[in-house]
Amino acid sequence: MIITVASGKGGTGKTTVAVNMALSIGGTSILDCDVEEPNVHTLIHPETTTVSPVSVPTPSVDLGKCTLCNACADFCEFNAIFVGKTVLVYEEMCHSCGGCSMVCPEGAITETTRDVGLIHKSNVDGIRLVYGELNVGEPIATHLIKAVKQEIDENGINILDAPPGTACPVIETMQESDFLVLVTEPTPFGLNDLAITVDVVKELGIPCGVVINRAGIGDDKVREYCKKWAIPILLEIPFSRKIAELYSIGVPFVKEMPEWRAGFRRLFEDIREVVKND
Amino acid sequence: MISEVAVISGKGGTGKTTISAAFAAISGNLVISDCDVDAPDLHILLQPKTQKTLNFQGTKIASIDQDRCTECGLCAEKCRFDAARPPEIDQIMCEGCGVCAFVCPEKAIEMIDRVSGYLYESETRFGPMSHARLLPGEGNSGKLVTEVRKQSQKMAGANGKDLILIDGSPGIGCPVIATVTGIQLGVVVTEPTMSGFHDMKRVLELLHRFRVKTMVIINKFDLNVENTELIEQYCEENDVELLGRIPFDSVTTKSMVAAKTLPEFVPDHELTASLREMWSRVTTAVSD
Repeated sequence: MIITVASGKGGTGKTTVAVNMALSIGGTSILDCDVEEPNVHTLIHPETTTVSPVSVPTPSVDLGKCTLCNACADFCEFNAIFVGKTVLVYEEMCHSCGGCSMVCPEGAITETTRDVGLIHKSNVDGIRLVYGELNVGEPIATHLIKAVKQEIDENGINILDAPPGTACPVIETMQESDFLVLVTEPTPFGLNDLAITVDVVKELGIPCGVVINRAGIGDDKVREYCKKWAIPILLEIPFSRKIAELYSIGVPFVKEMPEWRAGFRRLFEDIREVVKND
Repeated sequence: MISEVAVISGKGGTGKTTISAAFAAISGNLVISDCDVDAPDLHILLQPKTQKTLNFQGTKIASIDQDRCTECGLCAEKCRFDAARPPEIDQIMCEGCGVCAFVCPEKAIEMIDRVSGYLYESETRFGPMSHARLLPGEGNSGKLVTEVRKQSQKMAGANGKDLILIDGSPGIGCPVIATVTGIQLGVVVTEPTMSGFHDMKRVLELLHRFRVKTMVIINKFDLNVENTELIEQYCEENDVELLGRIPFDSVTTKSMVAAKTLPEFVPDHELTASLREMWSRVTTAVSD
């Protein structure tokens, strides 16, 4: 089973929900797909990780064969290749579609690989942790997210921590999920970004539910929205200075407030029920 | 010369938009540019009146002529995005590269333009605003960010403004790179949490790589004073100017619920006073 924790707005508590749920149910895999700014490991602190590089195909031009005909640059939709007096490949712009090597009439373009980031793997507190770390300066996160998702345990429970937003890295993470947990906060920003995310979820056709974090800080409009659109509110976590302070020192709050474990287990059971009936 | 200042953070939810809106209200003499195109929020506080809307065509999308398609499967074999599923194309997966159209022996695939978002030219009570909205699930947010910035530069020229204030998006990937390329100053908003600190270091590295001058604001600093001091120490060791600390205060959420910027909602509050002081240092830094 794949449960993805997402939110349009950043900083609503995706990682908090993902980690506390994983700790409460135990024996799960947690995969941090926010490869631009992975944070799960700042809450569960693996002592050591097994690190492996992730690479993508990238064009390599044999200037001896190239006639500067411009076919590759004409074809490339991503402006990743430029032909002037010589050929320049802007590797960071390349989507690795392979088109340039196909269209080159001289067979001058082959593909090599280059590293775009790292995958870390570890076991902590009975949880299998996998997280991706995009190299700083790399714009495209999706290749690395795909690589993190290769580590999904087909027979187990997988909790995916998604990046914020609603663009391609978010979609890449959400695809193939059995359930989406949308974490929001009861503020105008939280509601606006929740509504955008729900639009994405509708397109994907994956069942979802909402967790309201920092309940009590703003207004009641998130609840009204969920009621109007019949989106279940699965859990409310009240605003608490203690929870915020525990987060700041990198402690998942169920460790210091074990009474919350039951709530997260119930959240998981509710999700499992929906997935079973879907 | 027109200068651009971007408020970014790495980690989401640290307070970029609240601070950007406050700066816009304090200045009142700049062009506002919301470069968080996939989850924009600045419009909630600034209530822009849109004067012009343009379609944004980010990428093309493959379309299969089902009458010509023989389902030979060549497109599916060559597509690296798992989008070609003849005789259909998965609209969400397709990145618009055109490989399927190139390999199709029946010439049954055409690459067609699609609208992936909207670009808005608007007016707010604090000045002109350039912003956009990427349609849900679209790629190419970096390209739309570039369009928002180009438009804001044009608006600055037309309105005689020499400063553009950009509200950025979280992360360090394509929209953020498009936001910070060639700007004069990056204001990084962080919070004294382990994740806030971790993410700040990555975004500072990005700004350093793009040779952008940086300043740091520690928001909700009193949540963990020890971490605040660690961040300050890090900034000092790495030659990053500390712009200031902002305390955690429920008035911030209240102003958001009221759809007001902090200087409007609590003009005499110490938060507003410290934001004014920070803004004055920002303007000094860009005019250097």
